[in-house]
Amino acid sequence: MRHISLIFVLGLFWLLLSGFFTTFLLSLGVLTVVVAVLATHRMAAIDQEGHPVQLALRAVTFLPWLIWEIVKSAWSVSKIILDPKLPISPTMTTVTAGQKTVVGVNVYGNSITLTPGTVTVGVQGKKLAIHALTQDGAADLEAGAMDARVTRFEGGAA
Amino acid sequence: MDWTLVRDLVTWALLLSGSFFFVVGAVGMVRMPDLFTRMHAASVTETLGVGLLLAGMMLEAGIGQITAKLFILGALFFFASPVSTHALAQAALHMSVKPKLAKDLAARDAAAGE
Repeated sequence: MRHISLIFVLGLFWLLLSGFFTTFLLSLGVLTVVVAVLATHRMAAIDQEGHPVQLALRAVTFLPWLIWEIVKSAWSVSKIILDPKLPISPTMTTVTAGQKTVVGVNVYGNSITLTPGTVTVGVQGKKLAIHALTQDGAADLEAGAMDARVTRFEGGAA
Repeated sequence: MDWTLVRDLVTWALLLSGSFFFVVGAVGMVRMPDLFTRMHAASVTETLGVGLLLAGMMLEAGIGQITAKLFILGALFFFASPVSTHALAQAALHMSVKPKLAKDLAARDAAAGE
């Protein structure tokens, strides 16, 4: 199943980039996709980490939520940058990822980094080292709203 | 009602606001005190700045292959920028670059005030 989905995604990607529908170019595309899928299969990388298609459906609601979080925090970081007093209070903190799978922890760490004002600087198992631009930003992360949302996205409880 | 005009106006609004966040990110790069805080300024550029510019270009390109390519470009930024930011932060920590924390900045400000 995962192989078919990968063939579909790669084929669609190739078509979008190419935009030509002549027999010669299409057969080149099919060849490329087959070689790519075979190579990935040989590396045993078509699993829930290499091609996490099991998250696709829940991503429909998770991505808009994440993008809105990014917009909100990008706006607050912009206000800090343009403030003449530059009211920053850089803070290092550690948060525990509540996700069960490696993919879940990865999504959580990258969500933190994508949100301006907080960066994941280190990962030790499920302990994420965070650098935050302000103490408030660090406190928001420690409160755990994003952790719970990513856990829900991963398919776990909470 | 001329819809081309409306579309052009919205495109201009998106492109100008995107450019605004690019400038904000650049100003932040200059104003922030150390590498780690500068990364926060850069992430404003690579999220809101890039996002608004791409949205403006997509609107002007209309539904078609160009918009699809712009979307793929946006996805590339979305997935690659946290990875590169994380790699940069890790490299800095490996080279023992210590982040300046709130108390260090307070000490520096106090020293500058004397």
